[in-house]
Amino acid sequence: MTHLAEGESLTAADVSWSVDGQHILAGVDVQVPTGSFTGLLGPNGSGKSTLLRGLARLGKLDEGVVHIGSDNVHRLPRRALARRLALVEQNSATDIDLRVLDVVLLGRTPHRAALQADSATDRAIAVHQLERVDLAHLAHRRWSTLSGGEQQRVHLARAMTQEPSLLVLDEPTNHLDVGHALQLLAMVQHSGLTVLAALHDLNLAAAFCDHLVVLHQGRVAASGPPEQVFTADLLAEVYGVEADVDLHPRTGRPHLWFHPPMVPH
Amino acid sequence: MSLPSVSRAERRTDAPAGTGGPLGLVFLLALALLAGSVVVSVALGQSDLSVREVWTVATERLGLGWLRIDLFGLHGAEGLTELRANLVWEMRLPRVLTAALVGGGLAVVGAVMQTLTRNPMADPYLLGISSGASLGAVAVIVAGLSLGSLGVAGGAFLGALGAFVLVLALGQRSGRLTPTRMILAGVAVGAFASAVTSFLIIWVADPHATQEAQFWLSGSLASARLPTVYTMAAAVLVGLLVCGFAARGLNAFAFGEDTAASLGIDVQRVRWVLLVVCALVTGVLVAGSGTIGFVGLLIPHAVRALVGPDHRRVLPLSALVGAVFLIWVDVVARIAFEPRDLPVGIMTAMLGVPVFLWILRRKVDR
Repeated sequence: MTHLAEGESLTAADVSWSVDGQHILAGVDVQVPTGSFTGLLGPNGSGKSTLLRGLARLGKLDEGVVHIGSDNVHRLPRRALARRLALVEQNSATDIDLRVLDVVLLGRTPHRAALQADSATDRAIAVHQLERVDLAHLAHRRWSTLSGGEQQRVHLARAMTQEPSLLVLDEPTNHLDVGHALQLLAMVQHSGLTVLAALHDLNLAAAFCDHLVVLHQGRVAASGPPEQVFTADLLAEVYGVEADVDLHPRTGRPHLWFHPPMVPH
Repeated sequence: MSLPSVSRAERRTDAPAGTGGPLGLVFLLALALLAGSVVVSVALGQSDLSVREVWTVATERLGLGWLRIDLFGLHGAEGLTELRANLVWEMRLPRVLTAALVGGGLAVVGAVMQTLTRNPMADPYLLGISSGASLGAVAVIVAGLSLGSLGVAGGAFLGALGAFVLVLALGQRSGRLTPTRMILAGVAVGAFASAVTSFLIIWVADPHATQEAQFWLSGSLASARLPTVYTMAAAVLVGLLVCGFAARGLNAFAFGEDTAASLGIDVQRVRWVLLVVCALVTGVLVAGSGTIGFVGLLIPHAVRALVGPDHRRVLPLSALVGAVFLIWVDVVARIAFEPRDLPVGIMTAMLGVPVFLWILRRKVDR
């Protein structure tokens, strides 16, 4: 496409959010540098998804300010925000009998007026993004016939079709086989966009991310480049696991070796 | 890409029904079908009129007589008496137009409600509107207020509005509407209003009032008159315009409200505006015709089965198909059991359900 992807930075300062009386996030500061691939890490229940939702303005924060570039996310018109920030959530299901291409074309929603039809350009962008996730051959398939991993990749294509400068992904690889997981992360890494992705696989995060934020019990436990963040102490404190940090023989990036825990009988 | 790709020939298989097809043609056909249905159905009834007579009266009363629109050589009818002309203009035409407006309006509102609540069982009456209208209408009937059909319609409209306001008050939480709360509030208010309605009918125990209430509750177009047609037309037009502007946004609701919001839709605003507009349209329609079931629930599903789920197609086509459907069902209700004029609400389900099941089956088999 002629569209040149360009990233924007995202900064969140002092974000606190409680949902139904439960404090999920407390005084979280996050910096996602322009053009970086930032990984959001943390154990189950540490507040990753909630933070991503807050950053994407799916709800009103109790406290804190979020900026995309130099604009306050919570003050931008929603449509304008959707042209700059695209979100892929973990579980986005539907009962509606849509075709794959229709789903991807939803990404054009913030770019078109209410009564405007989808143009040839819109379709071309959608098809191109489907090709990037390797699913162009399924363009006319029904959504319900896709596997979980395929659906996840279609959602990524839909988000890319929004032509955002910032991509927010909630565990984008959790349904993917290792080949498609690596391929997808490489694709977003080289997209030119700023990417913030919640990830569970720490070695994938170490291999692809240039910046990491680790959440623990609703607070930031560490942030920085992988080689600084991944220490045996942090992994013990946050995940409660014993691990050795090594370097990957081919890439030179950090690689974690986990020790099986002793199971009490 | 490095992973296996499927040959291009396979791409076009299982192409979506309707996408890329000559959809403009489908719209034109449906529109022509509606126009034809109006003219022909006005001619059908207990006293026979010819299509030629209907056409002549319609063009002349619309002040177009001098134009001598001689479509299909229909203009000018011999022996057209004032009585027959009045039958066309005062009785038949209002009834047919009411059928079209009610059918089209309910179908569009049903389609929108199903999307807004993400519930395929949703229909225009989901939010207690029909029960509220019934209570209002029956209250006027049993009170014996001799206000005529206009009084009953007024009572029905106020009842519908009251129930809807109550449902909104119960269904919102600090200004936010969530589908589950809305549906539960609608069911609760509906059940309460129905109970009070039954109580009123039994308590009054006046056979005449009971029969009138029963007739109203079954949904009938027999009392359709021109002034109500204008009101309904205005309401349906506003409803179509508002829903039409929201059509693209409604597509974004397919994956739930969070995805819609992340696609730039102001979910709460869309929900409030559409709900209020839909409630007003339903209120006006129900006041004039009583509760006519099936149309709002199943026409949108039938249309989706035919052209896919895109609201930019589903909404206008639901309006046209709903209108044509109710016109013909009412024709059957009028003439099939002459001289009895059956409430159309009974016929919609009896005729519509088999057709719907056929479409559904065809859809699943494909």
